[in-house]
Amino acid sequence: MVKQESESANRPDNTAFTQQRLPAWQPILSAGIVIPGFVLIGLAFIGIGVALLVTSRSIQVLELDYTGDSNGSPCSSCSQSDIANCKCSLNFTLTTLFQGPVFFYYGLSNYFQNYRRYGASKDDNQLYGDLSSFTSPSSSCSPYNYDSSKKPIVPCGSIANSMFNDTFTLTRTVSGTTNNVTLDGKGIAWWTDYNIKYRNPSVTPLKNAFNGTVKPINWAKPAYELDASDRSNNGFVNQDFLVWMRRAALPNFRKLYRRIDASGDYQKGLPAGNYTIDITYNYPVRAFNGAKKIVFSNVSWMGGSNEFLGIAYLVIGSLCVVMSVVMLIVYAKFKFPDEE
Amino acid sequence: MTHLVCCVSAEEERRVRANDREYNEKFQYASNCIMTSKYNIITFLPVNLFEQFQEVANTYFLFLLILQLIPQISSLSWFTTIVPLALVLSITAVKDATDDYFRHKSDNQVNNRQSQVLIRGSLQNEKWMNVRVGDIIKLENNQFVAADLLLLSSTEPHGLCYIETAELDGETNMKVRQSVSVTSELGDPNNLASFDGEVVCEPPNNKLDRFSGTLYWREKKYSLTNQNMLLRGCVLRNTEACYGLVIFAGPDTKLMQNSGRTKFKRTSIDRLMNTLVLWIFGFLVCMGMILAVGNAGWEKEVGSLFQSYLAWDTPVNNFLFSAFLSFWSYVIILNTVVPISLYVSVEVIRLGHSYFINWDQQMFCSQCNTAAEARTTTLNEELGQVEYIFSDKTGTLTQNIMTFNKCSINGQSYGDLTDPLETQLDFSLFNPLADPDFCFYDDKLLESVKVGDSCTHEFFRLLSLCHTVMSEEKSEGELVYKAQSPDEGALVTAARNFGFVFRSRTPGTITTTEMGRTVTYSLLAILDFNNIRKRMSVIVRNPEGRIRLYCKGADTVLLERLHPCNQEVMSITSDHLNEYAADGLRTLALAYRDLSEDEWEAWSESHRFADKATDCREDRLAAAYEEVEQNMMLLGATAIEDKLQEGVPETIAVLSLANIKIWVLTGDKQETAVNIGYSCKMLTDDMTEVFIISGHTVQSVRQELRRARERMIELSRGSGGGVGKQLHGSPLPPPLPLSNLMDNISGEFALVINGHSLAHALEADMEAEFVSTACACKAVICCRVTPLQKAQVVELIKKRKKAVTLAIGDGANDISMIKSAHIGVGISGQEGIQAVLASDYSFSQFRFLQRLLLVHGRWSYLRMCRFLCYFFYKNFAFTMVHFWFGFFCGFSAQTVYDQYFITLFNIVYTSLPVLAMGIFDQDVPDHRSLEYPKLYEPGQLNLLFNKREFFICIAQGIYTSVVLFFVPYAVLSNATQSNGVPLADYQTFAVTTATALVIVVSVQIVLDTGFWTVFNHVFVWGSLGSYFIIMFALHSQTLFRIFPNQFHFVGSAQSTLLQPVVWLTIALATAICIVPVLAFRFLKLDLKPQLSDTVRYTQLVRQKRRKPPEGRLGARGGSRRSGYAFAHQEGFGELITSGKNMRLSSLALASFASRHSSSWIDTLRRKKHTHTPPSTSGEKTTRLSET
Repeated sequence: MVKQESESANRPDNTAFTQQRLPAWQPILSAGIVIPGFVLIGLAFIGIGVALLVTSRSIQVLELDYTGDSNGSPCSSCSQSDIANCKCSLNFTLTTLFQGPVFFYYGLSNYFQNYRRYGASKDDNQLYGDLSSFTSPSSSCSPYNYDSSKKPIVPCGSIANSMFNDTFTLTRTVSGTTNNVTLDGKGIAWWTDYNIKYRNPSVTPLKNAFNGTVKPINWAKPAYELDASDRSNNGFVNQDFLVWMRRAALPNFRKLYRRIDASGDYQKGLPAGNYTIDITYNYPVRAFNGAKKIVFSNVSWMGGSNEFLGIAYLVIGSLCVVMSVVMLIVYAKFKFPDEE
Repeated sequence: MTHLVCCVSAEEERRVRANDREYNEKFQYASNCIMTSKYNIITFLPVNLFEQFQEVANTYFLFLLILQLIPQISSLSWFTTIVPLALVLSITAVKDATDDYFRHKSDNQVNNRQSQVLIRGSLQNEKWMNVRVGDIIKLENNQFVAADLLLLSSTEPHGLCYIETAELDGETNMKVRQSVSVTSELGDPNNLASFDGEVVCEPPNNKLDRFSGTLYWREKKYSLTNQNMLLRGCVLRNTEACYGLVIFAGPDTKLMQNSGRTKFKRTSIDRLMNTLVLWIFGFLVCMGMILAVGNAGWEKEVGSLFQSYLAWDTPVNNFLFSAFLSFWSYVIILNTVVPISLYVSVEVIRLGHSYFINWDQQMFCSQCNTAAEARTTTLNEELGQVEYIFSDKTGTLTQNIMTFNKCSINGQSYGDLTDPLETQLDFSLFNPLADPDFCFYDDKLLESVKVGDSCTHEFFRLLSLCHTVMSEEKSEGELVYKAQSPDEGALVTAARNFGFVFRSRTPGTITTTEMGRTVTYSLLAILDFNNIRKRMSVIVRNPEGRIRLYCKGADTVLLERLHPCNQEVMSITSDHLNEYAADGLRTLALAYRDLSEDEWEAWSESHRFADKATDCREDRLAAAYEEVEQNMMLLGATAIEDKLQEGVPETIAVLSLANIKIWVLTGDKQETAVNIGYSCKMLTDDMTEVFIISGHTVQSVRQELRRARERMIELSRGSGGGVGKQLHGSPLPPPLPLSNLMDNISGEFALVINGHSLAHALEADMEAEFVSTACACKAVICCRVTPLQKAQVVELIKKRKKAVTLAIGDGANDISMIKSAHIGVGISGQEGIQAVLASDYSFSQFRFLQRLLLVHGRWSYLRMCRFLCYFFYKNFAFTMVHFWFGFFCGFSAQTVYDQYFITLFNIVYTSLPVLAMGIFDQDVPDHRSLEYPKLYEPGQLNLLFNKREFFICIAQGIYTSVVLFFVPYAVLSNATQSNGVPLADYQTFAVTTATALVIVVSVQIVLDTGFWTVFNHVFVWGSLGSYFIIMFALHSQTLFRIFPNQFHFVGSAQSTLLQPVVWLTIALATAICIVPVLAFRFLKLDLKPQLSDTVRYTQLVRQKRRKPPEGRLGARGGSRRSGYAFAHQEGFGELITSGKNMRLSSLALASFASRHSSSWIDTLRRKKHTHTPPSTSGEKTTRLSET
């Protein structure tokens, strides 16, 4: 051994790696794999597509626009005036049971929560309950970091300032009597948002933490008074606030407003009947050609209604099957040359 | 180097006074300290950074970084750019620092060499760096010359000294330098110390063969030429010691003046890549413009109305300004179409390929114990695109070892190998002086010597006498021959082994041992060799007093000068000669003539007269020689094998099957070159025609080229079916449409062109004709070309054919061609290492070239192309999503992905799988690419990565980006989680798109990878895994709690990836992206399979192509060629008879053989770029002897 080594000290190592002889799997697109593969994928996609479509079809969705563009619509008066807390109401009738659990969404159109500067206009430290950021909000919130009297705005920034502030109540008229449908606003925000990302400063009462700060310009009430009915649902962990702060990816979006509380008459959902939504109309959208709507929807294992997904799966699945047939024909006709 | 330039421009003439440091210091000449390093510790960082930012790409990323620091524009955090940029800069800096460290080391080594300097009358040891201009230094035998010196005196008679200039100009023969006669008498140090001559000469320059100056001493002027100079880099040989005056030192020396920076070679892929990157920049600007216009429109139509919720920034007061900012913001986020990691990855891949070349055992030569070396790591993929190979002959195709193979004595041929198992003859018993390395197999010849056949004896006596070899006998019987040409050495060695041992010579005698008996002949005359005579003779008087002329030379000239009575022997010998030549052997005919005392006297008189003639001396001498070399008696002929390197014909055959054109450029004679052409199967007798261009004038060369073209067209038409037209015999129309016709030449032609004709052919007005003629030929041989012409031919093909060229050579005369070709390959062989130092790849056997090109080159090209295709695809798929999103986010330069994802996508999530593919991928195994040389063609045609392929990749990338954006858009916009929470929030969208992207590009690399080694598996699955691990880590609570301001995406990964809808979306997007690709590839494989697909597919099918026939020297019949074995130069005969090169203590010649080289010279030579036409030592010695 020693002799050999001294003989050829420069000889490269004879290993599979250095000689590029590593054992390797060398796949090839052979007909035996590709054509059955296409058939399988195609069939699987068709199967999934059918399942998705069927599921999606079973989901009930009810959309009600209340922007008030046209003069005849219920909220047209509110949409044209600047009165705060302008009231209007929408009526709708359910002919069949709206299967529960029913979710109550509000939707905005042509609204750019995904604009870069809009998205950046917040102070995460502040929202994490960092008191130093209360007194000096980050410059990313500009121009909504200080008010005209140089007082810090808490919560600062465009997102918080533009928080959606229409409120809704849902009533059902059964044989002349109207009774409120209980709406459940708990747990409509992301778990991580509520428990980790947003946090009130550990000051009691909460109000004191906000000393020396002002509420966002567009807000009617300061952050610590967002929900008068539930003291824990105030400050930065207010569910509606959290929902708003999770900005939408696309200009037309909907956000969860409430769940229909599944109790009493509404255990199975919304029974057939006449319903009225009383709207406190505060949020102006007509200036930028926006639209507002209310959406009721229930969900399946795959979430809400999603026709596109099912159709897309069906189309792709069928195309795969068609392709496999084409490939089979081509393969049969121009068989891969075995001989050169 | 800048320092050097300023000196040159400032200095008009140089004045140096010997032994007067104060006087010389006035001029501030450069010291002898050389510095090839670029940095020191303090300047490293700024200088290196400055150099790095001269790279356009680096500057571009710096510019981006600056843009990102402007808050109004910054659409991405600064770290997305600085992390990769810092990575790239530091990797390069480390590499540069290492390189420079070694330069420092070699500089120090050279600067600290010792030399003996004459200071105040005594010799003192000084470091080289302390030697000054004007010093007198003493050099001893075998020492390197420390600076450019004026030779003052030497220990040899006449102030002669011998130098070897191999390190300087690559010529391996010794050269003679002589001091000016007045100084040569100075002799010892005491006299030299008082020498106060002043030299006025030209300023420093890089002309190695020229020097002009004047020595003023004792009121007299002596003119100085290059003959008086010893240049730095030379080695003193054969001379005990000499003294020289330092004229140029350090950076002013001719050696250093010649060491320009090496031209940085770039591959065509590199150039294409740069073009494409520029296009992409253009594309990027267009995208930015479109989006900026969009932004202007949006701000005007929507944004201005949306201000109640989103006020414009303070500096923004109108939509146009906003659009302007938006443009820059988009430039920032779309910059990932040209990721900085592209350049680093390309370098890493090339480095990997270089290591594979270094590691290849099949390119390791066990005899020389050298492995192949990729000296340049940036050219590998170009090895897969070579179309023209320019090869040197001697030492490259041949081993430059001549062996005495056969001979014909008095009509009897010896040396035919009848039985291949016949054992080698053992000479040692018969002859104690025999050279043990000599091989001969035919014992008939030995028998003939032993029985004392007079012809055989005379034959070997001739070989032992008629030559210019010098001998050296270190101890009794241990003879070393120093021959000027290897042929001659082989012949004298053969004579030695057959009992006629040349022992020693003096100017007037030759001493031999003939069959054990020492005989001293008196040497009356050497009728020296020259190219026109093609023969040499000696006239000797043997101890018995008989005068005889021995002549050896080319059969063509010698057979004409025989005595008529030789007719019979001549015809038999002539047949033998043809046989030998047909075997590719180099032949010489041998003859003698007895001279009577009177004849000798008469001739000697006329010779003396001719010798003394002042005008036309050469012609008169030639006439005198001619006079005596008549009526000779034929002794026989010798056949010397110019041994080809192993596997040369096979390699050439394989390479030509791969459609690579091979040109042999050699300094050898036409006959020799053609002979080698035949023996290495470049030329065959099956060839339609071999054209020989050897005209001496422009017109004749043009004429010959035209005739060759006409013949070609005529013949190829004839074979191509156009016979009918030809039969009617109308001559071809003279104005030949060159390009079209010449491209379609069928039939096998070869072109042999001589150096002097080539000089005309390379002129601007003829080069087009030359190229079109030569390129229509299957083989081209250029003989008697100078190094400069070699380079010109290469440049011509580079320019005219736009083809990738490879030059391969082993000698210093190949350096220029090695440097000008796209790829230079050096054979580390006999002729030193200059060629290797100038080369990009080196190995020790020509046959390794096929593996380098067909295996490594092909793979490198394939891998690089696949890598680039995938890389561009990947980045377009990644980046263009932002573009589509722009239309839905008010063109606000909102990124789709999390910024950490953007930072890590190219350097972590997707870098390693594609690197693994770029390093390890193989479509067919190595032995298949050698079996099917046609597999090499896609590289030559540049099919795998060109502008078309690039657009396909880009299109696929854009298609993928469309799918990746619009599928999640369509699915998520109305989707909700199963708990009713909408999925269309930005972070869910970002995570979905990013995950789909990573999965799609991973599936794509899975499809692209054809060779799954364990590394590919680890990297592909590892990268995919790392994506999820890193994403979960970045979205974790822990990190958020530490930096709540940095990690906005807390909880997104978990929340998103738990949704079945998200996974259905990803699966859908993946299917839409991949299914068409899969279908397309399958159909392409079936409908239009490439050769590589077929080979890959039919790997197990039996081997189809039969191998090229075995054996180096296949039988060729028919055509008569003279293989004429005289490789050496004239002039040595005169040197011998004059006795000038005779040494009493004959130590020197032995040392001539051992070649020295050392690292500093290596460093310099690497940078050196010199075209030195070969100056023949013979001419110089001739001139010398006249003075």
